[in-house]
Amino acid sequence: MSTGSTTDRVSEVRIGAVLASGDRPPRPGGAAAALAFGWRGMLKIKHVPEQLIDVTATPVLFVLMFTFMFGGAIAGSTQEYLQFLLPGIMVMSVLFTTVYSGVALNTDMTKGVVDRFRSLPIPRPAPLVGAVLGDSVRYLLGAVVVLAVGMAIGYRPEAGAAGVAGAVVLVVIFAFGLAWVFTTVGTLMRSPSAVMNAGFMTIFPLTFLSNAFVDPETLPEPLEVVVEANPVSHLVTAVRGLMDGTASAGDVVPVLIAAAALTAVFAPLTMHLYRRRA
Amino acid sequence: MTSMRMTMRGTTMSSRSTLAIEASGLVKTFGRIRAVAGVDLAVPRGAVYGVLGPNGAGKTTTVRMLATLLRPDAGDARVLGHDIVTEADTVRGLVSLTGQLASVDDDLTGRENLVLLGRLLGYTRARAKSRAAELLEAFDLAEAAGRLVKTYSGGMRRRLDIAASIVVTPELMFLDEPTTGLDPRSRNQVWDIVRALVAQGTTVLLTTQYLEEADQLADGIAVIDRGQVIAEGTPAQLKASVGRGALSVRLLDAGQRAAAAELLGRALGAEVRMEHDPAALSVPSADADRAAVAMAELARSGVPIAGFSVGQPSLDEVFLALTGHPAEDETDEEVR
Repeated sequence: MSTGSTTDRVSEVRIGAVLASGDRPPRPGGAAAALAFGWRGMLKIKHVPEQLIDVTATPVLFVLMFTFMFGGAIAGSTQEYLQFLLPGIMVMSVLFTTVYSGVALNTDMTKGVVDRFRSLPIPRPAPLVGAVLGDSVRYLLGAVVVLAVGMAIGYRPEAGAAGVAGAVVLVVIFAFGLAWVFTTVGTLMRSPSAVMNAGFMTIFPLTFLSNAFVDPETLPEPLEVVVEANPVSHLVTAVRGLMDGTASAGDVVPVLIAAAALTAVFAPLTMHLYRRRA
Repeated sequence: MTSMRMTMRGTTMSSRSTLAIEASGLVKTFGRIRAVAGVDLAVPRGAVYGVLGPNGAGKTTTVRMLATLLRPDAGDARVLGHDIVTEADTVRGLVSLTGQLASVDDDLTGRENLVLLGRLLGYTRARAKSRAAELLEAFDLAEAAGRLVKTYSGGMRRRLDIAASIVVTPELMFLDEPTTGLDPRSRNQVWDIVRALVAQGTTVLLTTQYLEEADQLADGIAVIDRGQVIAEGTPAQLKASVGRGALSVRLLDAGQRAAAAELLGRALGAEVRMEHDPAALSVPSADADRAAVAMAELARSGVPIAGFSVGQPSLDEVFLALTGHPAEDETDEEVR
């Protein structure tokens, strides 16, 4: 056999030394492991900044297009419509981003690195919880971008900074819950693009058939019933209320319950399917 | 090192068995495909054990069951004394896996991959960083540490993959086809790494399609075909069971092949095979002494010879001898 020249060879001595010093530390808890996976998500944003375009450029376009195209027709003036539209479009932008959590999971599952994660002595849900936690940073970023663009063209939140902060947090919490729906889809579909298609087929009607863009009272009655029942409408109402300073617990609590319910049903489902398929 | 191993043994007194892996009757079915159809394995500690077989023979599926990634449909296995189903978590704490697809994250740098694993295994941030630096240095990856893994060559990726498997020194390491698709230089590096692992006392279970690789590295080999172990032994025993290698002869003048074939067939009392090359012929399982006499006779008869060799049996020949069918891919894709 030919082993090549000595410069080609890795040093057995050095490898022996690193093997000798690889003592096993105490196992990390579930939270520490999930945070490490969250950090992985952050690194991906750093290395593939293009990924951020969907959470930055798209919302900017939405705000500008909807305000200036429909503002006059729907509300009589762009400024008045912007005041109505901005909380809704913030919700829509962030919820669109949740589809990417499912796409990212599906992409991950086709790669060898998942085998590595699954062969580690870590709590089983840690990779998934960490990934969705990492994605929450993107949701936050998307919300902030919409808000900044809105304020640049004249949106004024009446409730001030505290109301805005509350609204953003509420959107991110709901997005965290909804993301589990799309991670479930992500474990079921064969390819990332199939997840993307299924995701947008869901998210488009879910956000458009809500009170984000128009007052439901202007709609034909059967549609009005659908819109009023849509959980996204409740979210938009709560977010609008928080930013206008008129929100009541009755607006906010159902949204939190919906987020908790989505997480309670779809997070375990995702984990079950992930374990079975990956 | 030794002291750590002693304490680890001490904490797992139930695992006093001298075997690293004991599997019996492992079965895994995917739809209608019986990927693993009753595999028995007995792998001793502290050695390299090779699982040899063609694509689709069930090697990867067997490894994935032993590494707790797949649950067997039937049969049972103990890894380092622990049941792979009921004590899967304990097993995960003792083994590491380098999968057939490189088990590293393409979208992170080499360093970030190792730091992430260090964190996931419980190191502090500082220790995870220093451990990553040690590993990158030892595996000759320090210069590429800050580059995204997707820019790495196949050999670098494989080295990083193995480094990722020893962030914490495992008791047992699974290497699933570690050199498939690598150039000869990278393959030799991987072989050196495997030898270093075993020198430090880690047990290695290695799957491979190449008899040469198993021959180079493994102390024991199981030959697997259609989901079952069809032969077991040391490399020398396996080769002996197949018989001798073939005598291959290449003539200067293709026109004299028929005459040469007749002469060799008579001298060796065996069937002569005509190769695709019109100037080449071979005699399977030729005895070296008699081959030498036959070649002398051929030279005396005035047939000019370009070259000849008495070879080792190849994997193809091992397979043919053991199974009666050639070592071809048995399915279009490896069942994962």
